[in-house]
Amino acid sequence: MIQALEKLLSPLWPEPLRLVLFVVGMVLFVALNAMYLVWVERKGAGRFQRRPGPTEVGPAGLLQPVADGIKLMSKQLIVPAGVDSTLFRIAPLLVMAPVLMSLAVIPFGQDLAARNINAGLLMIFALGSINVMALMLGGWSSRNKYAIISAARVVSQNVAYEIPMLLVVITMAMVTGTLNLNEIVRQQSGPFWHWNLFRLGLNPLMPVTFLIFYICMLAETNRAPFDMAEAESELVAGAYTEYAGMGFGVFFMAEYANIVLGCSLATVLFLGGWQSPIGRLPGLVWFLLKMYFLVFSVVWVRWTFPRTQFYGLLNLSWKLLIPLSLFTLILSSAMLKILRAL
Amino acid sequence: MNAQASISPSPAAGPPKETFVLNLGPQHPATHGVLRVKMTMDGEYLVRAEPVCGYVHRMQEKMGENRTYAQYLPNTSRIDYLSAMNYTHAFVGAVERAARIQVPPRAEYIRVITSELNRISSHLVWWGAFLLDLGGFTPLLYAFDDREKILDLLEGITGSRLTYCYYRFGGVCNDVDEVFLKGARQFVAHMRPRLKMYRQLVTENIILRKRLVGIGPISPELCRQYGATGPVLRGSGVAYDVRKAEPYGAYPEFDFDIPTFPEGDSMARYLVRMEEMAQSLRIIEQGLAKLPAGPVRAEKLPRVLKLPAGDYCYAVEAARGRFLVRIVSDRKEIPYRVKLRTPCLSNLSLFEEASRGLLLPDALALLGSLDLVIPDIDR
Repeated sequence: MIQALEKLLSPLWPEPLRLVLFVVGMVLFVALNAMYLVWVERKGAGRFQRRPGPTEVGPAGLLQPVADGIKLMSKQLIVPAGVDSTLFRIAPLLVMAPVLMSLAVIPFGQDLAARNINAGLLMIFALGSINVMALMLGGWSSRNKYAIISAARVVSQNVAYEIPMLLVVITMAMVTGTLNLNEIVRQQSGPFWHWNLFRLGLNPLMPVTFLIFYICMLAETNRAPFDMAEAESELVAGAYTEYAGMGFGVFFMAEYANIVLGCSLATVLFLGGWQSPIGRLPGLVWFLLKMYFLVFSVVWVRWTFPRTQFYGLLNLSWKLLIPLSLFTLILSSAMLKILRAL
Repeated sequence: MNAQASISPSPAAGPPKETFVLNLGPQHPATHGVLRVKMTMDGEYLVRAEPVCGYVHRMQEKMGENRTYAQYLPNTSRIDYLSAMNYTHAFVGAVERAARIQVPPRAEYIRVITSELNRISSHLVWWGAFLLDLGGFTPLLYAFDDREKILDLLEGITGSRLTYCYYRFGGVCNDVDEVFLKGARQFVAHMRPRLKMYRQLVTENIILRKRLVGIGPISPELCRQYGATGPVLRGSGVAYDVRKAEPYGAYPEFDFDIPTFPEGDSMARYLVRMEEMAQSLRIIEQGLAKLPAGPVRAEKLPRVLKLPAGDYCYAVEAARGRFLVRIVSDRKEIPYRVKLRTPCLSNLSLFEEASRGLLLPDALALLGSLDLVIPDIDR
């Protein structure tokens, strides 16, 4: 069925139909993921905490996201008096839109990408920075002290973590020699030691690079243990404090969409994307398998560790991650020079 | 910033800062109840924290002056609902001291065992809730899992799960059965490896250590000024424990240590409570081994107690510190005055001084490490 779908979406089809299919597909993919990752999160949290998690709505609580969705949508959309109502309304859209657009360049399978752009990697990071602004706008326009503190935290946290993340990405761009995500995946074909994660010949510190990327991804998506923005025991709900109903729901969905995007990117950059290590099963299956494994690890981390201290978080970035990622960058550029000279 | 930006009338020496007031509570996820703290903030730094009490003031002391001793007894377990056993112990102890009632040894031992079980369950709630404050969600459920075992045990002999009214004047209301004794032994055996696991998984976690070590130091002088007791005082290195300093009940017959940590930071208070759980297990084990036979209630008590005129005090070491009941009797069946000295009020009152200049998350870690039960503050 997946192969049929891939065939259906192959570039042979007329462009307008392709466009519609991809828009619908992407929105569906994000919506379903956001819904069911909430379920995975709750179920996972339950298992980590010696309890069953949601069980009441549907078999194994599978209809819980639907029930949650209905509840959120049936709530009144309250725009509190005194907020900057335009910015307050725009913020949830601004947080969702860049994720949806970024997913357009992610290659889910060999031919399964909405857009095969040469500067795909660049585009994702360009759009990714809007996310910070959206959260800041949400907090700022709320006119709530907790939300404003949260907004200030989001900005400093994201600025701090965007630097090592970009340094890692530059390293990867140098190693692979391209910004085209599909091309990056294509280079990693074959058995799993061809994945960028294990190409130690290009950069002996590749696993460290991956770890930096992973930590930065956690911080960029404001996930525990770096959930400074939400920090509900300190800031109630942080930037989302004043949002009710679906306004909050969109922020919530965007968080999961961002996780999917981050894990997809990690899969593409380090874990060989849709490449199958054993030459069986279609690429989409392998891509999703790797991505969901990373998503699960994100859930796992959240329910295992306490929250870091805010200055600890900034120290980690400025004092450890940035020097380390700079070092790997220099190391791999030196390695490339040597390899080319040989 | 719309947030009530104002130039404060210089809180301390130095130039006036641009501060704003952050109202934490009475409904806030970090205050575990209806505590309200008015925080004057300079950015994320706390300039001044002013606790506002009274949201659950229930006139516990006044109620004591309106009913007989037996009628007031259930009230005492609702002051600090997490260590109800210890609180009822103080009240029955005060009445027994005044009326010169001899409590049979078996009852005294049962009181010690149940009080210590109660202490462990109280510390477990604190442990879970404290880590929740620090953003670690999972330990709470583990703590409640263990606590459930204690509650089941105590429910078997007392009939209630939280606000026990098990101690009576002259003893306890019914004898412990084989199920309880066996269950308590099993619990001790179960809890020891659990504490070890908690130490390995949580106490030694690097993120937790970074959040607690050196955060919110409280000096012994500060404790003395505000009358802080319990784990807060012992976390500042002062080995004061009512069970040793003013021994009551059967405690002199038990062998246990008072854990103290001289650092005075949040980690020290954390470690004191963790170590106290291990010590409580030791006490329970000894109590179960040495439990004497005999009656569990003194014979021939008058139906309506009238205490001889006088002023009587009885202090116990509750889970949060020294709890003292003072009864002034004028020979009527209703006390003239009941005064409750609760630990949480004193422990909270040092918060303002100790939290000055801390970052908001650190201040909340400090607040959590004080282990406050709000009805205990407001009474």
